[in-house]
Amino acid sequence: MLSPSAPMTLSMGPSHPATHGIIRINLQLDGERVVDSTVDMGFLHRGFEKMCETHAWNQAIVYTDRLNYVSAMINNIGYCMAVEGLLEIETPPRCQTLRVILSELSRVEDHLTCLAAQVMECGALTAFLYTMKAREYVYELIEMACGARVTTNWTRVGGLSMDVPPDFADAIKARIPSIRIVNDEFNKLLTKNRIFIDRVKDVGCMTKEEAIDWGFTGPLLRATGVPFDVRRDTPYLNYDEFDFEIPIGSNGDVYDRYVIRLFEMEQSLQIIEQALEKLPEGPVNVDDMSITLPAKEDVYGNIEGLINQFKLIMDGHGIKPPPGEYYSAVEAPNGELGFYVVSTGEDKPYKCRCRPPCFPFTAAIPKMIKGHLVSDIVPIFGSINMIGGELDR
Amino acid sequence: MQKKVTNVTINPGLKEDIYYVEVFRGLWITNRHFVVNMWRHTLRLFGIKTKEKGAVTYQYPEERRPIHHRWRGRHRLTRKQDGSMRCTACMLCETICPCNCIHIVPGESPNPNVEKFPEQFNIDVLRCCFCGYCAEACPKDAIRMDLLEPEISGYTRDIIFTKDFLLGVTDDRPWENARLEAAYEEDK
Repeated sequence: MLSPSAPMTLSMGPSHPATHGIIRINLQLDGERVVDSTVDMGFLHRGFEKMCETHAWNQAIVYTDRLNYVSAMINNIGYCMAVEGLLEIETPPRCQTLRVILSELSRVEDHLTCLAAQVMECGALTAFLYTMKAREYVYELIEMACGARVTTNWTRVGGLSMDVPPDFADAIKARIPSIRIVNDEFNKLLTKNRIFIDRVKDVGCMTKEEAIDWGFTGPLLRATGVPFDVRRDTPYLNYDEFDFEIPIGSNGDVYDRYVIRLFEMEQSLQIIEQALEKLPEGPVNVDDMSITLPAKEDVYGNIEGLINQFKLIMDGHGIKPPPGEYYSAVEAPNGELGFYVVSTGEDKPYKCRCRPPCFPFTAAIPKMIKGHLVSDIVPIFGSINMIGGELDR
Repeated sequence: MQKKVTNVTINPGLKEDIYYVEVFRGLWITNRHFVVNMWRHTLRLFGIKTKEKGAVTYQYPEERRPIHHRWRGRHRLTRKQDGSMRCTACMLCETICPCNCIHIVPGESPNPNVEKFPEQFNIDVLRCCFCGYCAEACPKDAIRMDLLEPEISGYTRDIIFTKDFLLGVTDDRPWENARLEAAYEEDK
């Protein structure tokens, strides 16, 4: 029996169990095969960019937590680096190393979540529960550093809200072996498992040229064989002091993306270990009264500190970067996370544009799923790690 | 540092094609977890401490997760040594709050040595995003978020922390009272 000439239309989402995030894929199906599709996004639009325009430079950091809520720390750092570029200041070495450590912890956390969700949707619930255990360890460390697990709000323009507690380094060192064990078990359970390989090998392929044309960055671009990593190609913070490898794949399929994420977690753990070795002492904030809040002793103790505190917080005062514009990018777990900020010399951003790394991936879903079966959509969608908060902002 | 690139592509070979080798390796891992965790649970049941717990989860209402002291939880207002409130209604917390959840009505203090004090100090906690800016901005150490209380819940949509509640004068929760009174009225 031949299939009917007109393809069937099927709407996958907006709230489908496999689309973890609110997104709708409109499928045109010929039997089980995807002939054509369109992607509807924007269901989680909260107006991040517009909200930034009505809030002071430091207040907008709270909103960056809600972009990629799985690795909120990296968003904080990316935004603060953009504003610091506008102010033409450089943060002290201790602050930079701490930012590197927490960035890499967030990367581990994000990759764990992404891989867990991806394999769970293929049916491997055991591996999901193991990685959630490791993610819990990371969340405990992040809670220790900033007092919150998900909405961290840890960095400030020109430094950090607070230094890490003295036992932080020991706590991380105690936890890294446990995270390694989980990664190792995850690797043994899935990487060479025939069931998993058959499900993800040669699914959702992209070539180098296509990936670059679509604006891919991060693990999805590296899976196609392009060794692009913002940490190496345009070094920020003090990433050029650390020794790590950039994994690349050759097929650009879901399996390569999985292997790359697994490899990157190990590299991140190595960076954390190196950074803990050479964590310098010293202040974590720039010594500039027009940017950093004064120490609490000064605020409680003398009139200069008190006035300084008021001057930095009152409406119409606060941090005022010189007029200009600045773009800075960080390597988020998904790829290049960029912030483009424009200042007119006011205490609020004139414009704050965020370049979300998962937007190009989501836009390329129709390209990736074309010709595949409906059941292949789930691993492909899992591998792009779409985060609603970041995609729709 | 030099840029190092590694190709990590894995090409499955014969061992993976045979399928049983890897499946039994996977089963070995899951079964080991089962046995080890069960052993730990059993030992703990008899009061023998093991190095790690059998599960990372907590039996929530009975057993609480230890929270780090930096945790940003429920707000409170602090007092001076003589028992009067520290807040001088300088409005810095209301200004810095990114979600406008703090509402202060300043008034003249009864104490002649103090100029201002808040006649009303309300926190609309359902709007609060727990960023901790209020505690950071306060120049008098009057508001803190150090109660290590992560659970804030209610049955209505207006959970508003009043001044008395934040100061700890009344530990009853006004939003809860309203609900209970309504339920009481309904019962009658």
